[in-house]
Amino acid sequence: MTDPNPWLTSQRSGSNLADVLERVLDKGLVIAGDIKICLLDIELLTIKIRLLVASVDKAKAMGIDWWEHDPSLSSRHQRQLPAQGERLSDQLGTPEPAKEVPS
Amino acid sequence: MTAPRYVYAIGRAFDPAGLDGLIGIDGAEVHRIAHRDLVAVVSAAPSDEAALRARLERLDELAVVAEAHHAVVAAAATQTVVVPFRLATIYRDEHRVHELLRERYEEFEALLDRLAGTVEVGIKLYVADRSPAQATPSASGRAYLQQLSQRHRRRDEEWRHAAAAVERVDTALNAYALDRNHHRPQPAQLSGAAGDNVLNAAYLVPTERFTDFTELARRLARDDPALRVEVTGPWAPYSFAAPENGDRS
Repeated sequence: MTDPNPWLTSQRSGSNLADVLERVLDKGLVIAGDIKICLLDIELLTIKIRLLVASVDKAKAMGIDWWEHDPSLSSRHQRQLPAQGERLSDQLGTPEPAKEVPS
Repeated sequence: MTAPRYVYAIGRAFDPAGLDGLIGIDGAEVHRIAHRDLVAVVSAAPSDEAALRARLERLDELAVVAEAHHAVVAAAATQTVVVPFRLATIYRDEHRVHELLRERYEEFEALLDRLAGTVEVGIKLYVADRSPAQATPSASGRAYLQQLSQRHRRRDEEWRHAAAAVERVDTALNAYALDRNHHRPQPAQLSGAAGDNVLNAAYLVPTERFTDFTELARRLARDDPALRVEVTGPWAPYSFAAPENGDRS
């Protein structure tokens, strides 16, 4: 099967914000423009998304609602969120919820 | 003109009508700056540099800017072969963009030659987290430990199996592609996807083989019940925009 113009015939399906961010932040040609703007590393963004969840409506508007499908978070995410102003580096050390804790 | 210019991509010259009405970052109208057979796709940049920097530190604002950048790149890619630029490439004025096209003409030509007639396809493979997470609380501590150790063994086997399956799919797709670039697996917290992302790769394929390629990816993943595949694209060739980006460049 040939597809002369997939731009017109294909749905851009399945791509999420993470797909777009990893391309526009991590890929693409780097040219030193006249104005230097440092961009966040995508790993750091993961951490920032956690902080952002404090603003649930905003995150939902962006299509981010993973905590709703994560039982370990949906009931606890409110109190797991750090206080505003806490350093990001502190968050980097926060362990994931353990998966194999004997009950 | 002295207003700063935000550059989305460079490409081969195309009909300016193709960008009619296209809006970029902050609602600015997108236009082209041409030099010989090259064009830069640009718009007026936000004039407050410090404010832009501060905005890009905020994820919600960053998402808006990233989507706007991406929309312009994708629109340009439907018109001509493009080299997408990294987010937030800004020049003082139009004259400086002209200089860029003039000074790096040869380099841009070579990149465009390599990318002409191609699209990028995103392939993500996931394995489901199938083993039950918790051992059943049972009468004896010994039975519990046995359960736990069986579970670990099963998990190890699942992972070995998944690694082999990923290798098989990636190798088959790579043989069919012009180039490949592995991205970091996406943490579930960022993507919201179910299962563990074990492959996050971009492949550069001839435009006319886009559908064949995506069908091949789906077929290969179907062969293995442990795998789930997500296909994205076509993308402008972000992952192959620099000569050193691809595996085979």
